[in-house]
Amino acid sequence: MKYLAMILAMLCVACSPADHSDGHADTAAASSAAPANGNAAGDGKTYAITGGTVYTLGAAGKIEHGTVLVKNGRIAAVGANVEIPADAERIDATGKIVTPGIFDPQSQFGIVEVGAVKETRDASAGDSRFSAAFDVADAINPRSMLIPVNRIAGVTRAMVSPTNGDKHIIAGRGAIIDLGSTEGFIHRDAAAMFAALGETGAAQAGGSRAAAMLALREALQDARDYADNTSAYASNQRRKYALTRLDLEALGPVLAGQEPLVLHVERASDIRAALRLARDFKLKLIVSGGAEAWMVADELAAAHVPVLLNPLEDLPAHFETLGSTLENAARLQKAGVMIAFATGDTHNARNVTQAAGNAVANGLPWLDALKALMLNPARIYGMDQDVGTLEQGKLADVVIWSGDPLELSSFADQVFIAGRKIPMVSRQTLLRDRYMQAMRGRKDLPPGYIVPAAQ
Amino acid sequence: MKSSHLRAAVLAVLLVVSAGVVAQAATPQPTEFPPDAFPSTYQPLPSQVTLIEHATIYTGTGERIDDGSVLLRDGKVAAIGKQVEAPAGAVVIDAKGKFVTPGLIDVHSHLGVYPSPSVDATANGNEMTNPTTPQVMAEHSVWPQDPGFNTARAGGVTTLEILPGSGNLIGGRSVVLKNVPATTVQGMKFPDAPYGLKMACGENPMRVYGSRHQFPSTLMGDVAGYRQAFADAQAYDREWKAWEAKVKAKGATEAGPPPKRDLGKETLAEVLGGKIRVQMHCYRADEMAALLDVANEFGFKIAAFHHAVEAYKIPHLLAKTDTCAAMWADWWGFKMEAWDGIRANIAMVDAGGACAMIHSDDENGIQRLNQEVAKALAAGRRAGLDISKEHAVMWMTLNPAKALGLADRIGSLEPGKDADVVIWSADPFSVYARTEKVFLDGAVVYERDEPQRQSTSDFMLGSFIDPHATDAAAGEGAR
Repeated sequence: MKYLAMILAMLCVACSPADHSDGHADTAAASSAAPANGNAAGDGKTYAITGGTVYTLGAAGKIEHGTVLVKNGRIAAVGANVEIPADAERIDATGKIVTPGIFDPQSQFGIVEVGAVKETRDASAGDSRFSAAFDVADAINPRSMLIPVNRIAGVTRAMVSPTNGDKHIIAGRGAIIDLGSTEGFIHRDAAAMFAALGETGAAQAGGSRAAAMLALREALQDARDYADNTSAYASNQRRKYALTRLDLEALGPVLAGQEPLVLHVERASDIRAALRLARDFKLKLIVSGGAEAWMVADELAAAHVPVLLNPLEDLPAHFETLGSTLENAARLQKAGVMIAFATGDTHNARNVTQAAGNAVANGLPWLDALKALMLNPARIYGMDQDVGTLEQGKLADVVIWSGDPLELSSFADQVFIAGRKIPMVSRQTLLRDRYMQAMRGRKDLPPGYIVPAAQ
Repeated sequence: MKSSHLRAAVLAVLLVVSAGVVAQAATPQPTEFPPDAFPSTYQPLPSQVTLIEHATIYTGTGERIDDGSVLLRDGKVAAIGKQVEAPAGAVVIDAKGKFVTPGLIDVHSHLGVYPSPSVDATANGNEMTNPTTPQVMAEHSVWPQDPGFNTARAGGVTTLEILPGSGNLIGGRSVVLKNVPATTVQGMKFPDAPYGLKMACGENPMRVYGSRHQFPSTLMGDVAGYRQAFADAQAYDREWKAWEAKVKAKGATEAGPPPKRDLGKETLAEVLGGKIRVQMHCYRADEMAALLDVANEFGFKIAAFHHAVEAYKIPHLLAKTDTCAAMWADWWGFKMEAWDGIRANIAMVDAGGACAMIHSDDENGIQRLNQEVAKALAAGRRAGLDISKEHAVMWMTLNPAKALGLADRIGSLEPGKDADVVIWSADPFSVYARTEKVFLDGAVVYERDEPQRQSTSDFMLGSFIDPHATDAAAGEGAR
């Protein structure tokens, strides 16, 4: 990937400032107008998933030969003895495993389509005046080809997060979406603020970690001052702020502790600096990256700061990740730190099950790996009243797996998102089937004419 | 071997086809190429006669032996089968419940040339000052301290090809390495392995040079660039052959001084002479087809298309030309030419009769080639293809050995081949399987439970000196 990253970096060098329209600023309104989860009614049908081994990830634990009843978009009942309504469509999951859906805690669904095609990238606005106010919700395309590819592999919900451009250490606000609908797909807008310290932050702040920290502190101080003196600001009676009015407004909920701040930090000393910052401003901090988080695990646990990490990261890819180890996830879990998995590759967000399997191979208990995939992101973002477990009343994000969800030979047999039975088709399955037909003897027509039958 | 017969036949056809166009190609006149200026100094580590018994063995030839044994002696596979007697004094490893495969082979790695940590000083994989740089050699950019060599070894990789990047049409020579810790790249070089030549299709070269308003800025520019480079190499080759003929006819004094060496054209002439193998970065089916025509035009062979995300659209073409495809299990979408990637790619290419394999192009992916193969196999089976695990093991062993021109030496557990062997804790198709021991030329080069058999890079020394530790403990590090 390193080479790819380099090529992408070169691309940006080739970009002219004119590529980013100034008109974008006009649409970056203070908050998104997208409606919240209008998908909650499901597809109007009632489903009874029967006979499977159900991992509820809730108080009921594991249920052998369990039934999950899905109605009106939510889970109506879960258990070994659930009465199945006559009108329910029964889905036999005997011999299979039933779990909540996977929740990707940091992705670019709907805001990056083809990595190297700039017109399809909305994850950052390096030349924009805006930082904290930048809200991905205004840019998300729910018809992204990446969504079916990953949802048929069990990814049902995702935090769509902005990425750092080359100017602002505060990247902006992320939104949580469900991957099962094209309207009303925003589950929660402005669900977290994203920023970077460490090497990434230093590069954006002028060349030093210390400058990045100053810039972030100044932004938070200005936002606090603005919040306390909004009317004075309106009548030009405040000092000049470093950020725009919209940015200052966007930081309000972060300072109030209502919206978490996801800080990308890797080195142990940078994580400690982030913890100090969170303490000083009473922020709800989430660490992203955290290659050396295991070295400060006790401090993270004491501060109740969760970590979004890639469990496959084991090389000193940067000087700030010299302490990378495959045991990061297991060590953090053991120390009582809540973890979730962020692999950094949205096109293959589905591979997070493989990453989780490797975490298990390196010491993480299997059930904790399942929770890190499905439940912990919901808890970290405060969405666990809605999703994360198979319990009555929760949104019905349910996956029926052919076998162990972490195993490489397993696949999602059927996926439900907010009670909607998802067609198990993506552009990739259509390409596959078209060329399989071409290879399997359909010689009367070129592949371009062959339309695979929908499954 | 079947495949080499096929290859010879295809080559013969190629020569006949091109004879009318390029008279030189049909003349069997061996050119005297200079010897390798940077010879291998690799020495196998000390080894003991070792018998691994009671293992489930994926042989790398498409077979599986249950409760099988393999005997390693003098750096070679001495015997393999259901029953192999342990010679007196042999180390006997009871591998009951464990799995054995040949050492894994990655034909596409940038370890050393884009090492960890990724900083400007060590990022030496792309000589992007000219679209055609066949004169450069990847080995001169390899940093042997790259910690990625060690993690790849821990993942069972015993042989790997280090390639220049894909910023250029012709990026330079590759180098094939035995994955042993060494202070110099010569100490890792696979003795007498053929060189590869990295070439690249598609978006990367045209983007690099197009963005500078230089040639090539289009795909048609790409193709013209390869063709002109090989046309120039033909002329260079003719110049040398004429001089050699003169030496033969009139003697060295009469013939005068030899033509000036041109390192780039010399490399391409060696490609034309069949001595260097073309390893070609190429994503799209239509571009692969164009490049097969270019190869045909100039009478050289493409050993493998690398990345090949659309290879599943043209398995027949690959099979017909005996061209391998090296692929990822599931990378897609990061650029337009990767837009059509599908997980069944490797399985479909294999089912279509072509030589298919996994490759990593990635310092993390190379650590888990077995898992990538497992995903590719699972996708193939879901597509309805009946492929066994023992067959799929060839995607990370024998087939990459073929692409490197080393199938007679590595890639399978057959008597006489290099004793590159991995013992796995469980079926390597499982996400939970881990390497337990890795043998290279019969020597243990990695052992999970033995820190002294886990090489650490010089670079990592001193990273974690605990100020509270004793002198003796401080050097151990805290990882």
